[in-house]
Amino acid sequence: MNASVRQGKLIKGQTGDWEVVIGMEVHAQVTSKSKLFSGASTAFGGEPNTHVSLVDAAMPGMLPVINEECVRQAVRTGLGLNAKINLRSVFDRKNYFYPDSPQGYQISQYKSPIVGEGEVIVELEGGKTAAIGIERLHLEQDAAKLLHDQSPSMSFVDLNRCGVALMEIVSKPDIRDSEQAKAYVTKLRSILRYLGTCDGDMEKGNLRADINVSVRKPGGPLGTRCEIKNMNSINFIGQAIEYEARRQIEIIEDGGQIEQETRLFDPNKGETRSMRFKEEAHDYRYFPDPDLLPLEFSQAYVDDLRAHLPELPDQKKARFIADFALSPYDAGVLVAERESADFYETVLAKLSDKKRDGKMAANWVINELFGRLNKEGHGIADSPVSAAQLAAIVSLIGEGTISGKIAKDLFEIVWTEGGDPRELVESRGMKQVTDLGAIEKVVDDIIAANPDKVAQAKAKPQLAGWFVGQVMKQSGGKANPQAVNELLKAKLGI
Amino acid sequence: MTDLTSMTIAEARAGLANKSFTSLELTDAHLAAMEAARSLNAFVLETPDKARAMARAVDAKIAKGEGGPLAGIPLGIKDLFATKDVRTTACSKILGNFIPPYESTVTSQLWRDGAVMLGKLNNDEFAMGSSNETSCFGPVANPWRREGSNTTLVPGGSSGGSASAVAALLCMGATATDTGGSIRQPAAFTATVGVKPTYGRCSRWGIVAFASSLDQAGPIARSVRDSAILMRSMAGHDPKDTTSVDIGVPDYEAAIGKSVKGMKIGIPKEYRLDGMPAEIEKLWTEGAAWLKAAGAELVEVSLPHTKYALPAYYIVAPAEASSNLARYDGVRYGLRVPGRSIGELYENTRAEGFGDEVRRRVMIGTYVLSAGYYDAYYLRAQKVRTLIKKDFEDCFAKGVNAILTPATPSAAFGVGEKGGADPVEMYLNDIFTVTVNMAGLPGIAVPAGKDAQGLPLGLQLIGRPFDEETLFSLGEILEQAAGRFTPPRWW
Repeated sequence: MNASVRQGKLIKGQTGDWEVVIGMEVHAQVTSKSKLFSGASTAFGGEPNTHVSLVDAAMPGMLPVINEECVRQAVRTGLGLNAKINLRSVFDRKNYFYPDSPQGYQISQYKSPIVGEGEVIVELEGGKTAAIGIERLHLEQDAAKLLHDQSPSMSFVDLNRCGVALMEIVSKPDIRDSEQAKAYVTKLRSILRYLGTCDGDMEKGNLRADINVSVRKPGGPLGTRCEIKNMNSINFIGQAIEYEARRQIEIIEDGGQIEQETRLFDPNKGETRSMRFKEEAHDYRYFPDPDLLPLEFSQAYVDDLRAHLPELPDQKKARFIADFALSPYDAGVLVAERESADFYETVLAKLSDKKRDGKMAANWVINELFGRLNKEGHGIADSPVSAAQLAAIVSLIGEGTISGKIAKDLFEIVWTEGGDPRELVESRGMKQVTDLGAIEKVVDDIIAANPDKVAQAKAKPQLAGWFVGQVMKQSGGKANPQAVNELLKAKLGI
Repeated sequence: MTDLTSMTIAEARAGLANKSFTSLELTDAHLAAMEAARSLNAFVLETPDKARAMARAVDAKIAKGEGGPLAGIPLGIKDLFATKDVRTTACSKILGNFIPPYESTVTSQLWRDGAVMLGKLNNDEFAMGSSNETSCFGPVANPWRREGSNTTLVPGGSSGGSASAVAALLCMGATATDTGGSIRQPAAFTATVGVKPTYGRCSRWGIVAFASSLDQAGPIARSVRDSAILMRSMAGHDPKDTTSVDIGVPDYEAAIGKSVKGMKIGIPKEYRLDGMPAEIEKLWTEGAAWLKAAGAELVEVSLPHTKYALPAYYIVAPAEASSNLARYDGVRYGLRVPGRSIGELYENTRAEGFGDEVRRRVMIGTYVLSAGYYDAYYLRAQKVRTLIKKDFEDCFAKGVNAILTPATPSAAFGVGEKGGADPVEMYLNDIFTVTVNMAGLPGIAVPAGKDAQGLPLGLQLIGRPFDEETLFSLGEILEQAAGRFTPPRWW
């Protein structure tokens, strides 16, 4: 693995280079059937106000009870982030008045979060990596959804989302440019999805990020930061940072000062703008929630969860590189999404010789399969070619039964018509001809019929390729290319 | 039929069992008494139809031999307890005509055991008060009056309706809640028995919250035995309240009559206040002598942080209240006073919905939690709380079984007499009771005598955590020695 970098792409201003300093707060919805403190369902897309318990609606005398599954998921996430797990944490009330918060406070964790410092290794261009520090992870309630477009005079409230468990994952200000920021969210999302602790669905808002951006002269003191709220697309995160950094640089270079504020990104205009209406200074009056005891669990509980963690992307990548000599890039592509890694693992499991064909299988998964899926807009889940079929194709190549070229034809047949690749090779006569006698005859015939080409090839050995093409053509592509090459070299004396 | 209302729960239980009368007869007698006592303003809602239906149902069960421990006993319910399909307001305008679709755990356990609900009892708004004068339904009259006087006295608070109704024979027992003395002080003012159980002994689920870390439900009854009977049904672990404790509920009644020989009773010197009325001093000495006569050993103990308890309480309780009451915003239920913006709707609704005392405490609570003040007030108050708790722990560690104190610094006072100019004057009522809430301990107030004007006075026993049984044993000795007190009927 390459050495980590703590340096990003600098931005050129009129007064020289500027460094961007970025920290992120990612809100990840915990995968669980019920809410953080109530038994109501977390299912997405229900009719408004149908997944609401008495607790969620903050009826008088209702009390929160912690959902142990959410605790388990938070601890597992902490372990996946190589973070310190706090055996004792405290839920606090964050007090504010707004109709998205029926209780008048959000239950969150302020001074004592469930997870402390950790680290995420992110992949950058050119095989570089960067270590991004995690400051903390805490559990908190999501807010209700407000609908402002249903009536000219009123706003409507949908409490379905209210009280759903969120993990707020706070990074250290270790991110230095938009590429790193995108790579960080990508990696974080990947880890969460491997763990099954958050589905990472950004379109549904199940993973969203608040980004703190400031600029400074390289190595200089930190600048004043602005927070860009509620980003729910990795691409927009990149665009928002680029825009925001340049905006700040321009202001400073024009002699102005950055005002610490909250901003929103407008994806249509590609710019951030101030959320001035939320500018009033908030005093959240945090204090420990007296309805809830401190959250305590044993080290044994944590150890047990650690022992049952799935293999995470970094470990999987290292294993793919070590066991199958994949390039770090290829391994990275395969492990980025749990589904693609799983697919590749299934292909591996079905190969007749993993050691021999593992690397080739990776190439086929990445180049042929992913390429085709992307082109036709399919996801891996609805791939027309199954892992078993792809494994059979790769095994056929590895065994020398078919050539790579024939394999591409075979892949096409399997993609469009389906079927067992081995049977297809038999029934359609696609087997590679390795019978040297048969190949030799074809070679001899072609040499005899083309004396002029023979002369040219002897003078310019690279022209021998023409003969290879002719042999393959006559053999219907089934001749073993290696054998053809060797025979031609001998016969032409090149 | 009037004598049906003057029995204790224990007596009525026997009468129902041997079929001397039915629950319906018992219930009707109480409904009649309630109707005749409306001038006391103890009930804010009478539920006669529900009461009779429950009584009939329980009579049928009793006939089949299936009655529970409280079968057929008519009770009053403090309006802080959510009662399914029955208006629950915490005696605040802001809840308006709120009808909960759920039943509090404590009351559901009473109904499970066969009790009958007569109606909802008056209390200080959101249980904030010591005289029941802050209720949006108006003050409650104490059935006790000074000898030769027609002045209406307060029954104490916040459970003023509960205490008044039990003392005036309108119900056989009542639920109440105690955050700083709201069960024990009204019990002392009305010559009833009030129990504040250990924090976590009774579920808080379905009880309108005032200060979550201090609130605890308990009974008010006319005898120590009755309070023990009610406690057994009210107590118990509830998975819906994380702060409720999962330990078995003992047969509290079995503790009555148990020997207290050799028990160490602590007499805390810090409770001997300057300017304490001689009558209170005398009552305290007398109570100690009764326990000594029963074989207990008296020891002077020190609870050095007592003097900080009241100020610390008036930081912690309002802080929690300011947050607990944020949900009353006019958006989902209760009162809504519209405005041109959501901010205005909040302001209008809360300004009109909350009374003065509630607003005062919400403001105090908001202030002490504010940035820059949190450490100086809230955090420091929590530290004081830890020290108060430790005072008691040290005391119990020395072998003290229970602590005897006066319940209140005075007898009942007149409506409008206190707190008008200075709210602290009212807060001082809780001087002997708040420490118990701050430490999460059980306490019982038992009637022990009368002052020179013929008003009842009470003594308080403070116990070890989850040792309510010792309080019942000791409380009954005080009760036996002091005798029973019934107010002459004037209403």
